[in-house]
Amino acid sequence: MAALAPAANMAELLQRYFLIERLPTLWCPGCGIGTGAAAFMRAFDRLGLDRDKTVMVNGIGCSGRVGAYLDFDVIKGTHGRSLAFATGIKVWRPELKVVAIMGDGDSAAIGGNHLIHAARRNIGIVAVVFNNRTYGMTGGQYSPTTGAGDAASTAPFGNIEQPFDLCKVVAAAGGTFVARGTIYHVRQLTTIFEHALQHKGFAFVEVISQCPMYYGRYNKQGGAAEMLRWQRDHTINVKAAAKLGAQELGDRMLIGELVNEQRPEYAEEYMKIVTQAQARQGGQG
Amino acid sequence: MAIQRRTLFKDRVTELRRGRQARGSRRKQGGMAVTGGASRRRLMQGNEAIVEGAIAAGVRFYAGYPISPATEIIELMSKRLPEVGGRCLQMEDEMAAMAAVIGAAVAGAKAMTASSGPGISLKQENVGFAVMVEIPCLIVNVMRGGPSTGLPTLPAQMDVMQARWGVHGDHPTIALAPWSVRECFDLTVRAVNLSERFRTPVYLLSDATLAHLREMVTLPAPGELELVERPRPSGNKRDYVPYRPGPNLVPPMADFGEGYRWHPDSNVHDEYGFPAATRPEVADSLVRRLCDKVNLYADEIVQVEERHLDDAEVAVFAYGSVARAAAQAVADARAEGKRVGLLRPLTLWPFPDQAVARVAERVKCIVVAEMNLGQLVHEVKRASEGRCRVVSVNRIDGLMMEPREVEARLQEVL
Repeated sequence: MAALAPAANMAELLQRYFLIERLPTLWCPGCGIGTGAAAFMRAFDRLGLDRDKTVMVNGIGCSGRVGAYLDFDVIKGTHGRSLAFATGIKVWRPELKVVAIMGDGDSAAIGGNHLIHAARRNIGIVAVVFNNRTYGMTGGQYSPTTGAGDAASTAPFGNIEQPFDLCKVVAAAGGTFVARGTIYHVRQLTTIFEHALQHKGFAFVEVISQCPMYYGRYNKQGGAAEMLRWQRDHTINVKAAAKLGAQELGDRMLIGELVNEQRPEYAEEYMKIVTQAQARQGGQG
Repeated sequence: MAIQRRTLFKDRVTELRRGRQARGSRRKQGGMAVTGGASRRRLMQGNEAIVEGAIAAGVRFYAGYPISPATEIIELMSKRLPEVGGRCLQMEDEMAAMAAVIGAAVAGAKAMTASSGPGISLKQENVGFAVMVEIPCLIVNVMRGGPSTGLPTLPAQMDVMQARWGVHGDHPTIALAPWSVRECFDLTVRAVNLSERFRTPVYLLSDATLAHLREMVTLPAPGELELVERPRPSGNKRDYVPYRPGPNLVPPMADFGEGYRWHPDSNVHDEYGFPAATRPEVADSLVRRLCDKVNLYADEIVQVEERHLDDAEVAVFAYGSVARAAAQAVADARAEGKRVGLLRPLTLWPFPDQAVARVAERVKCIVVAEMNLGQLVHEVKRASEGRCRVVSVNRIDGLMMEPREVEARLQEVL
């Protein structure tokens, strides 16, 4: 398929990649997921990738509905298992670009095991996590990324659990591309997605997103605009942060590309085994 | 009891040693016997026959997790599949293994997994997913005693109802039960074929006895096997309607990555794969079709073996490794002039209602022999509709059912 010129505007982007007849989305007013999904498609579009050689896997939850609006091959899988479905696809068809789009409950709670093992294998999957620190679809329960002390429908007296720093988790597990962006910094997020889509190996992108309907309301963070401002004021680019001391950094989260290195990619390594085994067999079978 | 245990232990040690020797000799052969074609006659164990059957049936993707007594399957697959251009993954857990199988199958592979009770329990969510979005795949359950971790390396048939109803929600089930090493091969081929034809997961229910039983088998040559491929779409890709049923109610299935752009969605969905939870007529027709596409063709799925039933007064109903003891008991009783016969289903699900009904018409009693506390006996009672007496003989202690146990029950009812 010949690469098209990048979409001139949002209407063209929507027309090109989204199932217009399935809009409007089920996301609440002010939700960040739609902005993030559009940023992802913008990155995909800029790179001129072949959508028919790209497959997506979704889990369950608000982020799990991204694929429902996309004109791609999309598995809408079981809760937390996106990366395991994606692993089967990638190993069977290594030439395909495989993208898993998940939420924080999906990827870090029920799917946490798959997340660390996919990172450890360095399998060529682009893993996107929309982290809005809550289970939005079921009404605002606390997730593994909800802060200690935060309120949630299942933490009416305050959350006593410590949150995961998902980027640290994935980096520790061996992820070779680890990045964090926010909905506020949507241009930077688009660039991060571009790099993730070009990375050979496991590419993890955490998107700090806002859920004004539940997390924001329970924690008195205001509406979407206030929550976006919070993203602006509580993050710092990893390059800028390198020049600052711990005290100056305060509680700001690092955004940008935190890890970007090369290691052998799993599906490619597996195909070497196939080649060797078949050579030993003298081409039989 | 103590003596019995010691003897059992000694037997198992001997068996393990023999197994090790056999594995050693297989290494020397380099696994050439099957693909090489020089000798198709081989001594092999049930788990190995499943591996060779799957490869012969076209399975090229395996994902699993180590668990006794199924582990040899993933070990052998890890060697055999790359040799034939396939892939074998050891995943981080059983749920992931089932999901990876579905992923590969959606991308066009004939794919399978194998496990035992505890692992099969973990896989259920994604077995249900495969049922709902109609993904063909093979699931081998090498049954061991339960519940929970139960009897890790000893045989049982306690999962036959789990195979039927382990997945939540209304759904059809296809499950086959071999009784010999050769049948492990044959029914694996058949299970893969059925899964492709009906676009649904299919169970092969083996057990710890068959898994490690070694028998001499002559494998069929690749050309002798009839292989089935899932229905695939033809025509314009933009006109593809992923869940519009074809003939026999099965919709054609496009491989991912070929430009069809479809959404396997496990929510109730319409013909386009769009979620349709608020459209009652769509929910109704989808689940009915899922069940009908299998159940209306039960005649073509069900296989039974009948022995000496023409003049039988009493029939033994037995499946899997227990049927070996039952067959011996029947042969011994007939040698004594007793009019007994054997009904052995090779298909457990859909249940062989008609075969049971036919037998129930003729005999005064059916003895159901199972290595559980009575699971399929209820199905036999249902299918016999009161035409004859139905009684059980059961064993759940991890030891094999013996012919004399079946014979004793036969004596009681004759």
